[in-house]
Amino acid sequence: MNKNTNLTIRKFDAIIVGAGGAGLRAAIQLSESGLKTAVISKVFPTRSHTVAAQGGVAASLGNSEEDSWQWHMYDTVKGSDWLGDQDAIEFMCRKANEVVVELEHYGMPFDRLDNGKIYQRPFGGHMSNFGEKPVRRACAAADRTGHAMLHAMYQRNVKANTQFFVEWMALDLVRDGEGQVLGVTAMEMETGEVVMFQAKATLFATGGAGRIYYSSTNAFINTGDGLGMAARAGIPLEDMEFWQFHPTGVAGAGVLITEGVRGEGGILRNSAGERFMERYAPNAKDLASRDVVSRAMATEIKEGRGCGPNKDYLLLDLTHLDPKTIMQRLPGIRDISIQFAGSDPIKEPIPVVPTAHYMMGGIPTNYHGQVVLSMDGRHDVVVPGFYAAGECACASVHGANRLGTNSLLDLLVFGKSAGEAMVEDIKAMPTAHRELAQGAFDKTLARLSRLESQKSGANVHEVGLAMRRVMQDHCGVFRFPDMLAQGVARIIEVEQQVRVTEVKDKSQVFNTARLEALELDNLIEVAKATMVSAEARRESRGAQAREDYPGRDDANWLKHTLWYRDGSRLDYKPVQMKPLSVDSIELKTRVY
Amino acid sequence: MMEAAHLGRLRWHSRRGMLELDLVLERFWLRHGDTLNAEQAMALEQVLELEENELWEVVCGRRSIDEPPLQRMIELLREV
Repeated sequence: MNKNTNLTIRKFDAIIVGAGGAGLRAAIQLSESGLKTAVISKVFPTRSHTVAAQGGVAASLGNSEEDSWQWHMYDTVKGSDWLGDQDAIEFMCRKANEVVVELEHYGMPFDRLDNGKIYQRPFGGHMSNFGEKPVRRACAAADRTGHAMLHAMYQRNVKANTQFFVEWMALDLVRDGEGQVLGVTAMEMETGEVVMFQAKATLFATGGAGRIYYSSTNAFINTGDGLGMAARAGIPLEDMEFWQFHPTGVAGAGVLITEGVRGEGGILRNSAGERFMERYAPNAKDLASRDVVSRAMATEIKEGRGCGPNKDYLLLDLTHLDPKTIMQRLPGIRDISIQFAGSDPIKEPIPVVPTAHYMMGGIPTNYHGQVVLSMDGRHDVVVPGFYAAGECACASVHGANRLGTNSLLDLLVFGKSAGEAMVEDIKAMPTAHRELAQGAFDKTLARLSRLESQKSGANVHEVGLAMRRVMQDHCGVFRFPDMLAQGVARIIEVEQQVRVTEVKDKSQVFNTARLEALELDNLIEVAKATMVSAEARRESRGAQAREDYPGRDDANWLKHTLWYRDGSRLDYKPVQMKPLSVDSIELKTRVY
Repeated sequence: MMEAAHLGRLRWHSRRGMLELDLVLERFWLRHGDTLNAEQAMALEQVLELEENELWEVVCGRRSIDEPPLQRMIELLREV
């Protein structure tokens, strides 16, 4: 108990916030090293959003055909539109086989070849011989790869005595006067009690923040908690303008309709019934790459050819297909359409819209998962005691655009490397924890007190909705200069409302209204960082597609954005073009 | 009337790893949240114990559950 605040203090060697793939992988490393490790999670670990990952995890095992980490590295750099850091990308691709085989030893039920080796399948953007032809590189456990991964790693953690604090929400990062991270404050949902989790090393593995958008494939728990906490503690957020959009999410719901539907003959149509993809991609038509289709759809909507009363979606038409094909090959899609669009795709088309799917940016780290700052002309200044891994981190391996199956690989590689760095750093520290300064919890207590006492304030649900609409309308898949400029002003207006949210329910036990208000505090930081960074980057690269600057501009924009919450200030740092051991992959136009 | 704390716990347990389930459960709470009785709450608690993929298959009718009280709850989830 701390005398000044009456806050209980729990001490650990290491704490991890988030129990998805990256958090669980790091925890294995720490607990198996004998360190006292706590994992704090809003939900039970196997209900983390990693569970939704279906595709697989990339590794150049070469089980079905020749493959190499150098080819994987080339594909990842090209996929990133050269914004990825080549040292981190080399590190990830070289480590892939090791972490996949480890996972196999943890009991992951990978699909197998007849000879017993892990089965591998092709996936978009993964090629052999430096972009020549598709290669089978994705390792999967049926369509439940993420689910199986979480189970295998959770069981391993239970064996290693990792301590789980489930249904706890982390509130704020605590740093001392020298900037060293000392842990986090967190709230137990069952009691409303706020506790200080003090540690020698703190890892954020809090996942994505797709809920800043009105249309998102992300689960409701993806509220960017780690990014919000980091931003409030003075840590910049890197490359936040880069969000991957999937072309076909169900309008109004966001649930993903797989590309396989278009593979079976599904056609995208506008309000006039026109198959508009013929104009944008005369050869590939509806089967063009994700970014091409998403941009075409955004243009149709912008130019008034969207469907529905607000002209804000397009139609994915399957009605010309034999009903047997839909019933037999796409039963899951029919379920989703009936459930969320209220339409049976056998009889009527599915309303779809490009949907936010994955955040390439995040908390800046090096490839050891250590959080880094830019100071005095250096861009590798480590924040002592602070680490980040997975979607909330920006190493940066995905740059301006992520390749499918590289996200699960990112979790494993950087979860492990962050865990290793934490073990090493903790061993070099004194045995005793550092002193917590007076007032260390003031920010948290002030935030909670403001929420508790707010009168005549803004409704959390309404403000959240306003934020999501602004982000969707002004900073979507295809970006227009006027809309971005207005978007910056409008998201600042929304921010003013977030500062005065009011929660009528004052109860302490499982007060979900209060939790949602606290989550909104985090989301708004991500939304602002995204809008301001996107407005400032005057080029098109990877997932950032601007109408006024349609081309990539390496002379001026081959650099990472850093957004600081203080004054919503921007800075930039160079892309690491030098890999660890091989030659740089030189700049080229990204053509598939 | 259900105790607020119990309802709060169930509401939080309705936050899932898959968006599909979040949306179904959100609609369920909008429609039935104010009238949930003790028996239904108990059934919902058990249904929410299911793994993500199992629960989704149950909601879509591709997997069945034998226990009648749970079946009634599943029907409510399917209807929303």
